[in-house]
Amino acid sequence: MLSCREVSRLYSEQQERKLSLLESVNLRMHVAVCSACRQFGRQMTVLRTMAQSYARSPDSKQNSEGDKSGPDDPRP
Amino acid sequence: MATIPNTEIPTTDSGTRIDSADLADPQFLEPLRLQMLKFAALQLSDPDLAEDAVQEALIGALKNANAFGGRAALKTWVFAILRNKIADVLRKRQRLNEVSTTSDEDDDLDRFFVSDGHWQRNARPTSWGEPASALESRDFWRIFEACLEHLPPQQAQAFMMREFIGLDSPEICSELAIGMSNLNVMLHRARLRLRNCLENNWFAPGESSC
Repeated sequence: MLSCREVSRLYSEQQERKLSLLESVNLRMHVAVCSACRQFGRQMTVLRTMAQSYARSPDSKQNSEGDKSGPDDPRP
Repeated sequence: MATIPNTEIPTTDSGTRIDSADLADPQFLEPLRLQMLKFAALQLSDPDLAEDAVQEALIGALKNANAFGGRAALKTWVFAILRNKIADVLRKRQRLNEVSTTSDEDDDLDRFFVSDGHWQRNARPTSWGEPASALESRDFWRIFEACLEHLPPQQAQAFMMREFIGLDSPEICSELAIGMSNLNVMLHRARLRLRNCLENNWFAPGESSC
């Protein structure tokens, strides 16, 4: 059985490459009984979505043109 | 407000006009500019320097626009120029000495896992509920930004090249002159840290369920 540390590594690598059949099977066996790693797996997908929307959104930090949809400038 | 100078189309040495449909297309250029700006601002911690670096990189790319076969190649090229500019600034600031060492990285995993490979009790992932709603919140993005800024510089760089700029792993490896396994280690650590930071500061603050 894979450890949680190994499972988290595989979930991260799954964002980069297709896992081997053996890796996928081991991963599924682990998350069948480990809710923390199941959450981790979901969150990796969410993290990518977040990073992409962040990078594509207009940002008042650099754009001082009064864009109201971007995040507020957290700096003084 | 600095924007890409579209009134002044750069010319080649021979004086002919650059005609690049891609760089002239705001639908293509603006998202690319924003992605690069986010990357540069977080790397340099200075919005003005970031703006300058991005502008120089885009102008540099415009000068060579005719040499590109497609948008993917162009994006990689613009980004390579940007990274050089950022590296120059950082070198001047002597900040390259601060890049994380292996011992830092060992500590990294100890923060999240106990020796047998199980999650540390206070680092155990819990449910994020409906994470999509966070994306609507300005406060969330402030936290997100702060979490990114707390990543070790090398991890942040690898993560942003992957997720902000959308370069694929082999491209990042050749840009950073590192091997694939090294990149995977950096991305894994960056994701562990970011996840943990977002959970502690947004999704489940103060909660450490076991």
